[in-house]
Amino acid sequence: MTELEGLYALWYREFKVFLREKSRIVSSLFTPLLWIVVFGGGLGSSISLGETNYQLFIFPGLGSSISLGETNYQLFIFPGILTMTILFTSIFFGLYIVWDKKIDFFKEVLVAPLSRLTIFAGKMLGGCTDALIQGSLMLAFGVILGVSYTISIVIVSLIFMLVLASAVVSIGLVIGSFMESPEGFNLIVSFLVFPLFFLSGALFPISNLPSWLHAFTILNPITYAVDGMRGAMLGVSTFPVAMDFGVLLAFSSAMIVIGSIAFSRMK
Amino acid sequence: MSDPRPIIETFGLTKRFGELQAVDHIDLSMREGEVFGLLGPNGAGKTTTLSMLATLLKPTEGTAKVDGHDVLTESAAVRKSIGIVFQEPSSDDILTGRENLYLHALMYGVDRRIREQRFREVLKLVDLEDRADDQVKKYSGGMRRRLELARGLLHKPKILFLDEPTLGLDPQTREHIWEYIRRLVDLERVTVILTTHYMDEAERLCDRVAIIDDGRIIALDTPERLKHIIGGDIVRLRIQDPQLSRMKELGYVVKIDRTGDLVTLTVKDSSVHLQEILSLVGEVKSVELRTPTLNDVFLHFTGHEIRGDSAEGGFFQRVARVRSGGN
Repeated sequence: MTELEGLYALWYREFKVFLREKSRIVSSLFTPLLWIVVFGGGLGSSISLGETNYQLFIFPGLGSSISLGETNYQLFIFPGILTMTILFTSIFFGLYIVWDKKIDFFKEVLVAPLSRLTIFAGKMLGGCTDALIQGSLMLAFGVILGVSYTISIVIVSLIFMLVLASAVVSIGLVIGSFMESPEGFNLIVSFLVFPLFFLSGALFPISNLPSWLHAFTILNPITYAVDGMRGAMLGVSTFPVAMDFGVLLAFSSAMIVIGSIAFSRMK
Repeated sequence: MSDPRPIIETFGLTKRFGELQAVDHIDLSMREGEVFGLLGPNGAGKTTTLSMLATLLKPTEGTAKVDGHDVLTESAAVRKSIGIVFQEPSSDDILTGRENLYLHALMYGVDRRIREQRFREVLKLVDLEDRADDQVKKYSGGMRRRLELARGLLHKPKILFLDEPTLGLDPQTREHIWEYIRRLVDLERVTVILTTHYMDEAERLCDRVAIIDDGRIIALDTPERLKHIIGGDIVRLRIQDPQLSRMKELGYVVKIDRTGDLVTLTVKDSSVHLQEILSLVGEVKSVELRTPTLNDVFLHFTGHEIRGDSAEGGFFQRVARVRSGGN
């Protein structure tokens, strides 16, 4: 009973803080919107490059694979941008415990008569809630882009976002539990978050990439979140949606286990 | 003196960080209902000791019993018996005071039926009823401290740990916090264990004080009796050419220290003998007579002073000292 109430307490704290820190919501939605509107809109309208090789133009990966057929590019990257929203919100949520540790608030939690598993689960669920709220707001934005939602599309997308969030929040919490100061944040963003995002097929189809790039994308678990949501929403996917979900779920379970272990060892 | 039953006992409690002996085989016994102070400079091992008693750190060696529970094997039971107020602010400043209490109540399993009543009690105790629904970021440093005191008491712990309860507060606010601590000891019947490097705090608040330096307990008693160890009052004289040999012949001069033109004498029954001292010692520029403080006691035992001004870095200085191979 105490453990459950403790779980609720940890979740409640994260939820309240999230609701009060409105600037955090706004800023974390602004970047993905920028990507869709400016990048998606700009690139989508200028993709008739004619003779020009797009690869020379910008990305090594993009140029070789920009044959989207009928699909509008803005729509095509939308699941990718949803993934990005979840990815960034979740990882930063996890890393945020570095601050908690700094201001001693976390000590107050650690000294409470609660198991470490409860503390981890409370934090993780709090992070998933935050990420899912932001993901839902982005999802709603899809209506403007012209995604034709059905109830099942919405439910499948939400489930994908939830599982993705639980995995990435766990990664963030694991890293955060080892970090002593927020100075390493940039390092993590450069070496973890951006590679995960760019190699996920969020911005381009992965089917006919050069083989070295293809290998990275196949190994990247985030790929399966993008592919699954794209499959559910647009009917375009590299792998069967069920397989995407399976891979993502396995990844998430592994991260949750690692997270619980990291928390039980944390000082 | 007949000892009430010990509520905390430590048995050779030791903590090492690498080569640094932060806490060195401490044996202490704290009594139910007392305010017990761990007094020492920064880096002496006070917070480390407290953290081990609160089960936040595992001892390298030895153990302790808190309210009858072993800190090594029964940490959950220990945690239920204690409340703790950390050195650094530990309330969530985005939440209101009441929300902070609510979270604490949930985490410590405070019975739902008595929660509201308990919130009122502890808020009243620290005079924060009117501000309970403001966000903590709008509180002053002293109010924050008071909220944390209230929170520490919420689940009716038998023992309340206070780590440097007035660190960083201005003198007036410190006085207030002391009053609140006294009040909660009286009203809540809780045993208070506090760490401090402020002499006045230890003297004013504590029933008994353990003086700790370099991880070891070097003296333990009531502030009064500790000061009695000095064996007299302190007479400080500023004097160009002191006749110290004459001073040594006076039976009531217990101790003589000299740094430059500053002579510090420890004198028995100083009010009776001051006249004679002044007539014998030479031409005095200034004289100061005072009763001993715990700082004098600390000096007496360690040969150095507790420096309240070097609030930071004590621990790291010692780490550096160990690293560089000295001491």
